[in-house]
Amino acid sequence: MTDGTSARVDRRGFLTLGLAGGLSSLVAACGWDGGNAIRPALLDVSRLNDWVGEKILFSKNRLAPQYPVSERTAHLPSYFISPMTPMLKDPAKWRLLVTGLVRKPMSLSLADLQALPRTTYTVKHHCVEGWSAIATWHGVRVSSIVERCDPLAEARYIRFASFDSDYSNGWDLASAMHPQTILAYGMNDNPLPPAHGAPLRLYSPTKLGYKLTKYLVSMTFSADRPGGYWEDQGYPWFGGV
Amino acid sequence: MTAPPAPPAPPVSSVPIHVKRHHWVVRLTHWATFVLLAGMIASGLQIYTAYARFGERGGPYYINPFQDREFPHWSRLGGWLAGGLNWHFTLMWPFIAGGLLYLSYLVISGEWRSLLFRPHDIRGAIEMQKYYLRLRKEHPAQGKHNPLQKLAYTLIILLGALSVLTGFAIYKPTQFSWLTALFGGFQAARYWHFWAVWIFTAFIVVHVILVFVVDPASLRAMITGWYRGRFPSHD
Repeated sequence: MTDGTSARVDRRGFLTLGLAGGLSSLVAACGWDGGNAIRPALLDVSRLNDWVGEKILFSKNRLAPQYPVSERTAHLPSYFISPMTPMLKDPAKWRLLVTGLVRKPMSLSLADLQALPRTTYTVKHHCVEGWSAIATWHGVRVSSIVERCDPLAEARYIRFASFDSDYSNGWDLASAMHPQTILAYGMNDNPLPPAHGAPLRLYSPTKLGYKLTKYLVSMTFSADRPGGYWEDQGYPWFGGV
Repeated sequence: MTAPPAPPAPPVSSVPIHVKRHHWVVRLTHWATFVLLAGMIASGLQIYTAYARFGERGGPYYINPFQDREFPHWSRLGGWLAGGLNWHFTLMWPFIAGGLLYLSYLVISGEWRSLLFRPHDIRGAIEMQKYYLRLRKEHPAQGKHNPLQKLAYTLIILLGALSVLTGFAIYKPTQFSWLTALFGGFQAARYWHFWAVWIFTAFIVVHVILVFVVDPASLRAMITGWYRGRFPSHD
């Protein structure tokens, strides 16, 4: 540089660059979640992403790829909220309650569910953490239940509740009606094991694992969007993959 | 006889010419991308912490020097997995929008011609490399960017596209199962998405070093739009 002006501007440029770099590392510092100022805005965008996921990217006809049984993962990890594996004291007394905005509320035993048409598939499980694993699931389509309980026109959501502490999930009706969304009572050709939600769990290869309620006790139809265990803590509500 | 008027200054002169170098769209998207990319990487490292390996459960796992390792606290954004995800899924929209705005500008303005590395740049790239290796003395003549710069900028745009596409392959592996399959499956797409981080990081380091070592005036040009340095020709 020949004149002082450009040298000064270059210094200013250098400072700007340093400021920008410093600012972004400051933002990144300390695992900042946005604080009270930005966190609500991030959650607003997350709601927008739910809308994009549900209305634009999700297709009720698009099926998840299926895999040969030989590709099953040897050990599928499991988790629950309770301190110990949730178990029923008297499995014979267990019923799935179908309630809320429906004309025909139902109380279904495992035998009732097993008498309905069975769906079996071997699909990839996607966990929000980033791991994936392949397993076979069998059970009855949620759509079969929906047809039988005759929901009211204003029913737009289903809340799936469990006996694993207060774990629950809210689902939009379209995702629940997807042909691969099932109430699974079997895994890898065997009855559903307690670690994976016995006697009955929700399963769908169109959702992340945390949306797939285990240890089911009820499905409640509603007009308002139900929350969920992880969803209420900030995880994406739609959770579609 | 009076002396003839002095010939115009050669391109590389001690009295630099003032030229308009970068349109505001380029400057805006350049700095916005820098900040957004930093946020995307930091929140991505937070997300990575939740499951620090690649490959289906039970293995085999892909080669990864960072397997089962956590990145330092200061490098992560979001505080926990949900926070990291919410940052990542928020910043991705302006990141994509900025990229599309920039690409639209390149196409509409015709500026892509001075940026896109094409087969006829190969020879010039070799000459440029010779210069950097001190195998030739004089700096080869160049337009707005030399052929090696074109190569670097073309590849970094492709890397941006790759990071967005692998991102969607991970975000919706069922809805975009064809895209996920294209990258070799969900875990492979995660893997390439993760490597994009290190290529971006390496690019930024080399980019900043070269700005200060080779052409410091280009920094000012990227801020004000005006360039007054060694390489004023503009193709």
